[in-house]
Formats: sequence, structure tokens, C-alpha cells
Amino acid sequence: MKTGIVSYGGYVPRYRIRPKDIGAVWGADGEAMGRALNIRAKSVPGPDEDVITISVEAARACMAKVDVDPQDVGAIYVGSESHPYAVKPTATVVSEAIGASPVLTAADFEFACKAGTAAMQTCMGLTLSKMYRYGLAIGSDTSQGAPGDALEYSASAGGAAFLIGTEHVIAEIDHTVSYTTDTPDFWRREGQRYPSHGGRFTGEPAYFKHVVNCAQLLFKRAGTSADDYDYAVFHQPNGKFPVRAGKQLGFKDAQMDAGLLVRDIGNTYSGAIMVGLCAILDEAEPGDRVFAVGYGSGAGSDGFDMTVTDDIAKIRRDGRTMKDMIADVKFIEYATYAKYRGKILMREAAA
Amino acid sequence: MRDVAIIGVGETQFGELWDRSFRDLGIEAGLKAIQDAKVTAEEIDAVYVGNMSAGKFIDQEHVSALVADYAGLADMHLPTVRVEGGGACGAIALLQGRMAIASGMYDVVVVGGAEKMTDVGEVQAAEILSSTADQEWESVFGATFAGLYAMMARRHMHDFGTKREHLAAVAVKNHKNGALNPVAQFQKEITAETVLQAPWVAEPLGLFDCAPLSDGAAALVLCSMDRARKFTDTPIRIAGSGQASDFLALHDRRDLTMMDASVVAGKRAFAEARLEPRDVQLAEVHDNFTITEILAIEDLRFVEKGKGGPATMDGVTALNGKISVNTSGGLKARGQPVGATGVAQAVEIVRQLRGEAGKRQVVGAKRGLTHTLGGTGATAIVHIFERGD
Repeated sequence: MKTGIVSYGGYVPRYRIRPKDIGAVWGADGEAMGRALNIRAKSVPGPDEDVITISVEAARACMAKVDVDPQDVGAIYVGSESHPYAVKPTATVVSEAIGASPVLTAADFEFACKAGTAAMQTCMGLTLSKMYRYGLAIGSDTSQGAPGDALEYSASAGGAAFLIGTEHVIAEIDHTVSYTTDTPDFWRREGQRYPSHGGRFTGEPAYFKHVVNCAQLLFKRAGTSADDYDYAVFHQPNGKFPVRAGKQLGFKDAQMDAGLLVRDIGNTYSGAIMVGLCAILDEAEPGDRVFAVGYGSGAGSDGFDMTVTDDIAKIRRDGRTMKDMIADVKFIEYATYAKYRGKILMREAAA
Repeated sequence: MRDVAIIGVGETQFGELWDRSFRDLGIEAGLKAIQDAKVTAEEIDAVYVGNMSAGKFIDQEHVSALVADYAGLADMHLPTVRVEGGGACGAIALLQGRMAIASGMYDVVVVGGAEKMTDVGEVQAAEILSSTADQEWESVFGATFAGLYAMMARRHMHDFGTKREHLAAVAVKNHKNGALNPVAQFQKEITAETVLQAPWVAEPLGLFDCAPLSDGAAALVLCSMDRARKFTDTPIRIAGSGQASDFLALHDRRDLTMMDASVVAGKRAFAEARLEPRDVQLAEVHDNFTITEILAIEDLRFVEKGKGGPATMDGVTALNGKISVNTSGGLKARGQPVGATGVAQAVEIVRQLRGEAGKRQVVGAKRGLTHTLGGTGATAIVHIFERGD
């Protein structure tokens, strides 16, 4: 018996801002910054969107593709570093919204940008052990970048949900492996509005070390090499890191292109690799092999070696695809962005 | 006054050494120098350490005792001294060590320099560096180090027609030399175009006009000349040293295009050595910014005042040019762990004079010079070295 992905759904807000328009406010060359990051635009959550609404959108899109009874979903985990509440779960709202309540377990996860893939692994264990029939793993963020900080050019919003189970699996997860160390490259303490980061320390000793080591472990476990895969997707904090890591591992642009959404939507943090995986599943065909390695600061990587099954043809993939969402765009300028992101102090409501 | 020689050198890799601590670096450089000199712990009389700001970079003061302790010398109960003088601290530690031996008080002294700069963020590191400028008259009004040096560059451009292309030639040359130095932070050649197209740090200085933030350490073993041959066949004699200070704040200086402290320190060192600039074949000069090297080679009279830019462009200061400047790559390419700088410059000169500089060897190197600055030139120190054989 194998566990794997039964269904999937992604969501990206339609608002976008270009690096040029961010740089203009800070006296920086935003276009050069965008080129350096390989980011053309980043998504911005609308004023009525947060990790809860994005998670619900993704979960609904996921459930809409299959005929699974939501009451059979025994576990819901939402990974994010921007849960609207410090105390009170996002996962309970999602469970009510898709009709999975009340007989289920639910919790919110946090592991920087890889809490969603950690949720997938948890659901794999729960479904393989037959503790629950299905588990719903969500990665979703409205990530924060301090005004004027380098992160502001990439920190964006989006999320994805994966229904994990052992029946009607559309992508079997043949192997999963994680690589975790204590590496303080990026952090946000309780009460802080914006994260801190270690500049270039986030590169070699953090992202690349974990992603590359995890990927190599996964190759070893699966007995594969880059040539065996049709698709590869990595955590994508910008458009350069995943491509460099991928090439170092032997992947070619053609394998990575479908899942590299960061160029058009920025870094959706916990959602980043997961929306990329959604875009791959939107076009994948039976027999395709998919290689996925996420990354979360702090730091760790989760890797997945997957094979798409014949059942992918049986789910409803005719709804909104990731490509549709990427094409459905409304550009905003910095003032509107500042308003939507709550960076403007508003008059307090009359008592 | 007794003659003093350098009998051992050691240095670490320079760069963003995420997995190395201050003490790791200090010990590695110190032990390499001690092994190179073949002295025993019992023969060492004192330790001098140049360090700019461990208190701010790693929250550790009292690094003099720390370095001796972690080098395994704690039970020798050696006198240990930490020297601070902005970016010049390593070179001043060398002078202090030299004086201690020259006076007859000590025979063998270890001089080290170290800085661990990457444990803090880049913004904080820039603020710490700026603390060697005048806090009340400069930094408090928002002047950064790069901003102050940019003003010098602008004035030099105005007075002498120096161009950005001239500044870029310094970076290109030092990267070319750095590419030949296995411990350099940047071992990669760059083109003038790369320098000229880089984003501004403080106009007219772009990113490639600035030395990097670095971790690293360097060390020397000094010995009285009369005992030096017991340890080595190629002692390198310190022929002359000159140290000078100037107004702390840039706006109080007599001239923005000339560092009086450098001029005076140079004259003092040459006078003691009874030498002229034409007598040295190579120099390691302070190039925290490209303009600084141009000022230095003019202030030390290697080139005519105002001609530092064109001279650099014409290859006068290139490896095996008329005077080889910054063969190590300089602060620009070898790296700039502040406290280590003055000591690392001396390490390079010693290697060159011994004929151990590999691909970047200056042919016929007999005498070399180091020039190190504190702040924006409120401290300058020059040492002249020559083969002792």
C-alpha cells in the first residue's frame, strides 16, 4: 500500500506589484533588484484576504476536484508563518468551511517556509497507519517583508492544499526524506511584525546546504538521478536559488519550468513549493515522475519522490488552474499595496 | 634600540566564515605563525593583539587574554595586550611588539590581529565600522564611512580630474592579484565594466569600490635580530616604522585629497629606514575604498600628487609594475577583517621578501612597505621591511 496525493488545490491572490514600483519608493533600482531575484511581480493579498481565506480557497479547490466525503478527512494541518491568530487555529476554520468538522483532529504548523510539506509528511504517516482515511495538508502565507528591506521585493501571498490518502491516489509518494539542522538564517520573534534575516547567510549555509543534501539523500533512497524525472520543483524564495540548486543536482530548465511560479508571483513562503507542485499536477500525465524538495529557514528540507498514476485522469482538472490564476492579474502601485498590507496607520473607529 | 625581525607568519582564510568563531580564527593564525617560526611556548615573552571592535561584533572584550588562553598559553601567564586604533590596530600592535623587543624588555613576541564581523547583520556592521569616525560630528548626522570617503573621492575628482574609471582600475587590479592569493576572500578577476555598473553605495563609490566585511586573522612572530638566525635563515627586518594621527573628523582636516597622517607616518618610516620610496619594490596599502589606495600611493610619494588614478590605470602599481601595490589583493579582494588588516599586510610583505608568494611573487623583492589607516585617516601607520640576510 502506498500513500500519496489524492487531490490538490492552489490559490494565489490576483493583486500584483512590480519590483520597479517598490524600488521607486525607497530610492532603489527596483528593476535591477527584480532582475537579480528573477522576479517580475509578486502577489499581494487583498484587504479581505489572510492565511485563513487563502487556506479555505485552496482547500475548497482541492475538495472540488474529487468526490471525497469531507467527513472522511480525519486530520487538517495548516502550515504558515503568518497565521492571523497567535492563539486560535487556522485549521478549525478550514475544517468548518469544507464540512469536515467536528470529528477530526486539526492543528496549525510552523516551520518557516516548509510547514506545509511537514504537514504532508504527517498526513502520510496518519493515512499509512490507517489512523485516518484522509488528511488535508495546507501550506499558506501572507508573508511579511519590512518596508525597504530586500525581502519586500519577494514576500508575497498564496497557498495550496493537498489531500493525502491511500485510495484513488493521483501521485504516489514513493519516498520522502528530511534534512534538518539548527541554522538561524531567518527568524521572527513573538510580537515582531517583520522577520529578520542573515543576509547572504540565508544562501550557502542555509538554503543550498539543506536543499542539496536533502535532494541527494532522496536520490539515494529512491535509487534515482535527475534524468529519471519529468518535473522538479524546489522551495523558491526567489527565481535564482531553485534554478541554481536544481542545476547543481543535474536538472535542466525544462524539468523545472512548470513549477517555477516565483517569477510571476514572488515567494509565497509556506505555499511556495506547494503552489509549484499544483502547477505541475495541472499538466502532469500518468507515469510522470516528480521530484520536490522544500526548504524552511531555521532550517530544514523535506524531499518527495513521486509518480503520477492513471487516476490523475479521473479527477476534475477543468477548474481554475495555477496558470489561470497567474494570468488573472490586477497590478497595484505602492500606495495601494501599503494600504492592503496594513502598513498605513488608520484612524481608530469611534468608540 | 635593538633591531627586530619577523621570524614567523600565519593567516587564516579570509571571507564570510560562517562556521568559524573569533577564537577559532585567532588560534589558527597564531599557531601557524608559531609553527612557522619554530619557537616554543617557553620562548614567547608577550602577546600583542590588534582588534577593532570584538565588543560590538561578538560581545567579547578582553580578547588579549582570550587569545593567549585559547592558544594554549594560559599557564605561561604571559603579558597580553589588546591594541585598538580603528582599522590601524593590527599595524599598531606590530609597532608595540617591535618597541617591546627593541627596548630590550622582551626577545620574542607574538603579534596577532583578528576580527569576526559576520556575526552581526550588514547594517549593524556598517554602523560599527562608522564608529571609528567622529560620533558627535559625523556619524550622528548620518555620515557613513562610505559617505565620508566618497567626499574625498569627489574632491580628488574635482581637483585633479580623477575619473570613476581610475577608481575602477584599483578594484580591477586588486581583484586580479586576489585571484592569485589562495586565502583571499575574492579570488576572481573583475572587469572595469563590472565596477562601473555596480549599484551606488555612496556616489561616486559603487559596490565594487568598497572592501567587503570579512572574518579572518593573521599573526607574526617577532624576535630580536641577534637571536633571529637561531630560528630562521630568512629573517625579515623591520627597517623603519612611523605612526601619526590627525583630526578625527574629516571636516577639520587641512586637505580632503591628502591624508596628512599618511604623509607624516611615511616620512617618519622612510627617515628611520634611511630609504626613499623608490627603494621599495612593493607595498600593501589601505584600500578600504578604491579612492583610499589612490590617496595612499600619492601620500607615500610612490606617484606624483593627483596622478594616482592615471598611474593605476597605466599599470604603474600592477604586479611587477614600477611598484607592486596590494599584491595580496588588498582589503578589496583579500578581505577586510579590520583588526587583522595591518598584520595580514605584514604577512604578505614577509612572504614576498622570502620569495614564497607563489604566482603573485614580485620579482627581485628586497624591501616592502605596509600602510594602514584608522578611521578616515585620523591614524596612519607605515612599516618598512627588508630582507635581513
